[in-house]
Amino acid sequence: MSKIQAVFERLQAQGRKALIPFITAGDPHPELTVPLLHTLVQAGADIIELGVPFSDPMADGPTIQRASERALAQGVNLRQVLGMVANFRADDNETPIVLMGYANPIESMGLDAFAAASFDAGVDGVLVVDYPPEEAVEFARTLHRHALDPIFLVAPTSSEARMEQVGALASGYIYYVSLKGVTGSATLDVAAVAARIPEIRARTGVPVGVGFGIRDAATAAAVAELADAVVIGSRIIEEIEQSSPDKACENVRALVAGLRRGIDATSSALREQP
Amino acid sequence: MTQHAQDYDLPDASGHFGQYGGVFVAETLIGALDELKEAYAAAQRDPQFIAEFDYDLRHYVGRPSPLYHARRWSEGLGGAQIYLKREDLNHTGAHKINNCIGQSMLARRMGKPRVIAETGAGQHGVATATVAARYGMECVVYMGSEDIRRQAANVYRMKLLGATVVPVESGSRTLKDALNEAMRDWVTNVSNTFYIIGTVAGPHPYPMMVRDFQSVIGRESIAQMQEQCGRQPDAVIACVGGGSNAMGIFHPYIPVAAVRLIGVEAAGEGIATGRHAASLTAGRPGVLHGNRTYLLQDENGQIIETHSISAGLDYPGVGPEHAWLMDCGRAEYVSVSDAEALQAFHDLCRLEGIIPALESSHALAYASKLAPTLPKDKILLVNLSGRGDKDMHTVAEKSGITF
Repeated sequence: MSKIQAVFERLQAQGRKALIPFITAGDPHPELTVPLLHTLVQAGADIIELGVPFSDPMADGPTIQRASERALAQGVNLRQVLGMVANFRADDNETPIVLMGYANPIESMGLDAFAAASFDAGVDGVLVVDYPPEEAVEFARTLHRHALDPIFLVAPTSSEARMEQVGALASGYIYYVSLKGVTGSATLDVAAVAARIPEIRARTGVPVGVGFGIRDAATAAAVAELADAVVIGSRIIEEIEQSSPDKACENVRALVAGLRRGIDATSSALREQP
Repeated sequence: MTQHAQDYDLPDASGHFGQYGGVFVAETLIGALDELKEAYAAAQRDPQFIAEFDYDLRHYVGRPSPLYHARRWSEGLGGAQIYLKREDLNHTGAHKINNCIGQSMLARRMGKPRVIAETGAGQHGVATATVAARYGMECVVYMGSEDIRRQAANVYRMKLLGATVVPVESGSRTLKDALNEAMRDWVTNVSNTFYIIGTVAGPHPYPMMVRDFQSVIGRESIAQMQEQCGRQPDAVIACVGGGSNAMGIFHPYIPVAAVRLIGVEAAGEGIATGRHAASLTAGRPGVLHGNRTYLLQDENGQIIETHSISAGLDYPGVGPEHAWLMDCGRAEYVSVSDAEALQAFHDLCRLEGIIPALESSHALAYASKLAPTLPKDKILLVNLSGRGDKDMHTVAEKSGITF
């Protein structure tokens, strides 16, 4: 069983939902990434999505674009990101890490070399934004060969047939993009999300995380009522961006702890339902 | 010559040209691309759509564009005869309008009242703004702030035509970043918006669709060459940035095995300096902007900044069909420096009374190198893809002149 699957099974047994924060590796400074990862865990993260900076982040809004640019300006590359994961693993062998990024830096390293190096560094899953399932059959196979979970996106516009196509390749969880647009867009429509989750879960056979447009504890709580996991990215990057480097961990801790409380309040309310 | 060209029918159903092309986008765009694929396939089968496209090309764009024997220039070079396909004489001054007519007709068919575009030199932005004005569509053009500075006249033209020009401040602030931003707009506003991509790149079906709309250039050339020379040229030469004018003139010639196809990339200040935009000559395969193709990238797979005197060639990728044509040997790709392109620009002005675009000047420069090596009865066909009015400031600046 993968570490990601184990997290979902443990949480389900406890009647709780997963909190999956996202940060960009190397933002605001390469030396702050590992401390920020530990901070996220201490504040209640169950799984962490770690962004691999790319020069052309086509699917990201301005917030994550800026994070990517800050990291690249400091020369952060994919090998260094894997080094950061390995450092994190020295003190935390539990929390799953999912790399999230774009195809080109991975193809540049070579699919097999990337998968092997990721496994060695202690990575658990990989989400490549510009690999839809039809272009990712070989990639998913390569990841599975190295005991890594391929994480895929599902969108409001994805047909049932596509969900099944994703389900055939995916393990770990599905990342449901809850609204049209790029990361950090407007607030999501909870009712619209509610209608889709059971269907995605049924057709893909893996837990469903919801992201894009979750900005506060109340929305996180509302999403946690429906989905298996809540993914939050841009709001955390904003906190990092607005904090002086010596306050970044402290401020992120407060923000993520608040989200955690929101999600757990929902979970306990759900448990108490007759 | 390879066997592939005999029964050429690429891309395949999934949008691949061999290992190139494809659909490398986030899941959020897949629905829109499927809708576009269906709409385009239906339009291709609809005689009314085809008739309207032909009508507009004739009466609005001014096609067929002339085929012109550049006698004086050819004589001076002392070798092969050079013929120019005069896309510079199209309405709006470049080949870009052919594609914009086709895609805007498709946008109307699909009931999308808003069109968006990316632009580098501004030619595609102007062409998009033009068709949007004619059809009464809202038009937003994304343009890198660096390009806005370099191409002020085209920015003003777009505004006159009623378009909103949005400066893009991210990344290198040039064409690739404008494309990123247009994609972000599209994914956000996909229900009412049609994205008119200006070149043979992007996710399937764009490389195929843009090529099809542009291939009128090659079809006309085949008829005109036959009429004027009684035969086809020995080589067809076109500049390649993204590669739409080159694909347009190459495509009908792919099965004509005896005709060499030569794409000319921008060598900028020289390939060895690293300041160039020659993706096929100096890049390696990767994934960007929805397709797999040759890219200029660093050792970590980050896309690098390009340089060319011509903003329209200043792009780190290239259409996937060019990548395939190079790998299978059907087309050759060479590069020409800023200085060589400028020389050809001046030569054509002085010897033929034609002011070419700096992009097209790259194709002219290679023709001027190749022609003297060939006998006088050989024929080179050069796609003169655009006119040079927009480049007045750039050329004047290089000559130390300010207006």
